[in-house]
Amino acid sequence: MIEKALTGSKGYWAWMIFLLAIMGMGGMFYTQQWNYGLGITGMSRDVTWGIYISQFTFLVGVAAGGLMLVLPYYLHNYKEFGRITILGEFMAIAAVIMCLMFILADLGQPIRALNVMLYPTPNSMLFWDMIVLNGYLFLNVVCGWAVLHAEYKGVKYSSWVKKLILLSIPWAVSIHTVTAFLYCGLPGRHFWLTAILAPRFLASAFAAGPALLLVVALIMERTTFFKVGQVAKDKLVTIIGYAAIINFFFLACEFFVGFYSNIPGHMHTLEYLFWGLSHDGHVYNNLVPFMRASVVMGIVGIALIFVSRSKKSDGLLAASCVLIFLSLWIDKGLGLVLGGFVPNMLEQVTEYYPTVPEIGVTAAIWATGFFVLTLLYKVAISVKLEKES
Amino acid sequence: MYGTGRIIPALAIFLGFMTFAVWYNAGQAQQPPKPEKPKDYKECVAPTEYMRTSHMVLLNEWRDDILRNGGPRTGVTANGTSYTRSLQNGCMNCHNDKKKFCDTCHTYAAVKPYCWDCHLEPMKEAM
Amino acid sequence: MKKDRRDFLKIAGLAAVAGIGAPSAFGSLLRGSDEALAAAPAAGGEEAAKSGKRLGMVINVRAFAAQPELAEKCTEVCHSIHNVPDFGNPKDEIKWIWKDKYNNVFADSSHYKRPGGLAEVPVLALCNHCDKPPCVRACPTKATFKKSDGVVAMDYHRCIGCRFCMAACPYGARSFNWRDPRGKDENGNPFIKTLNPKFPARMRGVVEKCNFCTERLAVGQIPACVEAVAGTGAMFFGDLNDPNSEISQILSLYYTVQRKPSLGTYPSLFYII
Repeated sequence: MIEKALTGSKGYWAWMIFLLAIMGMGGMFYTQQWNYGLGITGMSRDVTWGIYISQFTFLVGVAAGGLMLVLPYYLHNYKEFGRITILGEFMAIAAVIMCLMFILADLGQPIRALNVMLYPTPNSMLFWDMIVLNGYLFLNVVCGWAVLHAEYKGVKYSSWVKKLILLSIPWAVSIHTVTAFLYCGLPGRHFWLTAILAPRFLASAFAAGPALLLVVALIMERTTFFKVGQVAKDKLVTIIGYAAIINFFFLACEFFVGFYSNIPGHMHTLEYLFWGLSHDGHVYNNLVPFMRASVVMGIVGIALIFVSRSKKSDGLLAASCVLIFLSLWIDKGLGLVLGGFVPNMLEQVTEYYPTVPEIGVTAAIWATGFFVLTLLYKVAISVKLEKES
Repeated sequence: MYGTGRIIPALAIFLGFMTFAVWYNAGQAQQPPKPEKPKDYKECVAPTEYMRTSHMVLLNEWRDDILRNGGPRTGVTANGTSYTRSLQNGCMNCHNDKKKFCDTCHTYAAVKPYCWDCHLEPMKEAM
Repeated sequence: MKKDRRDFLKIAGLAAVAGIGAPSAFGSLLRGSDEALAAAPAAGGEEAAKSGKRLGMVINVRAFAAQPELAEKCTEVCHSIHNVPDFGNPKDEIKWIWKDKYNNVFADSSHYKRPGGLAEVPVLALCNHCDKPPCVRACPTKATFKKSDGVVAMDYHRCIGCRFCMAACPYGARSFNWRDPRGKDENGNPFIKTLNPKFPARMRGVVEKCNFCTERLAVGQIPACVEAVAGTGAMFFGDLNDPNSEISQILSLYYTVQRKPSLGTYPSLFYII
């Protein structure tokens, strides 16, 4: 089956070589980091997690987002998703691989990473995150591959696969819940210390994951004979649209609690993210343009995605998905993690700017994810088209 | 089998490279390392045989016992000499030349323990 | 070795029954210290761990107001005996004990009608050696842990450098080795000016913090900062659970405050303002 990935058009090979080039470039930056230490990044004593961990957090959501395709198909027998369920599972694989790479890139002593298993510590949420992420990767690799292979052979998949698929449904919820627990269980970090962090993570995940998937699927409709199907598209619009609306509703709840209660700790980070925080006569606002853009793109995206459905316009659908994805990427992949460190525990402000090597490594990990994704999608689409023709 | 003409020589060359170290050194007796022991002390904290193979285990045990279990910082040898259970402040008191003691074997065995990333080797001027 | 395996099995078993034995598993999730969480958490102001040894410290801000140079002295003596590097920039900075402004150390006190000059008094900040330390709860490898005498200690050999403890600490007491602390700056000056041969340094990629001078306590000495200000009444150190200790006497005589007591960390540091 894997041989399907070894034949392809010029465009396919050009894309793969382009990704490999970015990965190679990132590898060189990582060597620099390996030799110098994490000081090569923009992280500091006050902002101790940067874009590595924020990408990790966002991508856990993308991985969990696959659930929105698997659940309707396997639990509610929603046949229209039959052709794209595999895309959800394969996207989860690529996303979890990126997550694990981002964690490794962020460790000060990566060669000691296995200490997490050598000295299991159930009171640490990171220990549980390690378990759920690796478990989710395993489940999706096994289920995705088994189902596709059965289709390839023209038979129905074995019954044990169905059990694992059903297990993967709550498991998808668990990966993003535990990831939210990394943040929302820390005393003193008021911005994260909110019980709706896990629900909010899930809402944004169920929008961002399917949005990315739909964009990729629309590109594949253009470049191959693969078709998502209009009914499936319309259903995805409902899922993405409402999940994004719920995410913004949760954000509004955070604003209400922070500003109506007037508790300074609950307002500071929101002020920093959306207006700028003045401290010692200086206004710190380096994330403000991003966060405002996130809200605007989110609202426009939500409006457009419903318009695209009534107009049956694929172009508009792709554009709105891109907007929603970018909006949520800024919201969670930048603001949530970086904002949590401002102000610091002594109410001083340090702003964070990623460095070139840091951005290089980040780009390379994204490229690796897309490389894996392309590879898997190539196999999946080839098998599907072969069976249908 | 097809491609025999290329595969067999290629395999031979590969094997040649892989076993290079063996036949290059064949017939030459290698000198085992001779770490220099301290002259003023006759006895270590454990028998030489044990120390030779398991000193790193002992160091880990000391660390975990002292740090995590509040264990004693000093120990007593078989002959009743008291010593500090510490690499930097114990071992290196007697074995005060890292290069002539530690490094001799570690270099020979091509191991790079990370002890010295943090722990300080005895400074000559300090003594 | 054998014990390790047993521990592992215990934990693995615990993880397996997490679903069924929810209450006990939940207890272990919350466990941040040696003390089991059997007793229901006490109401806000009450202190935890009344039995066993619990080392603590009193910092008398009034004494530092009278002699502001004492604060710098504490930092110097601590950082020099513990081989703490000085990178000369706030981004890479490593500090175990440092002076900060009252408004920052007690950031949650919004009261602005204070005795004149308090805003300018150097207030020492260091690890609070909490009775319920969030950093210990967060650490995924038990590289940071609570000792039976109450000291929150670190095993730098085990730290993987994930910095979860730094996110968890509400006091900003932890520092990360962003670069090699044994290295040199552009001018060839080592980051650690003079090495103390009796104490190790750290390596790149691990977190470090104040260890309450556990290495000095082991040989019957008091923490170096307390010793450095001896005779001025600026700092006191001892067992909080021993009613006859000097620190217990001080705490019963003076009104003291803790940093962020509402977070339930039960700091072992007390300040006389």
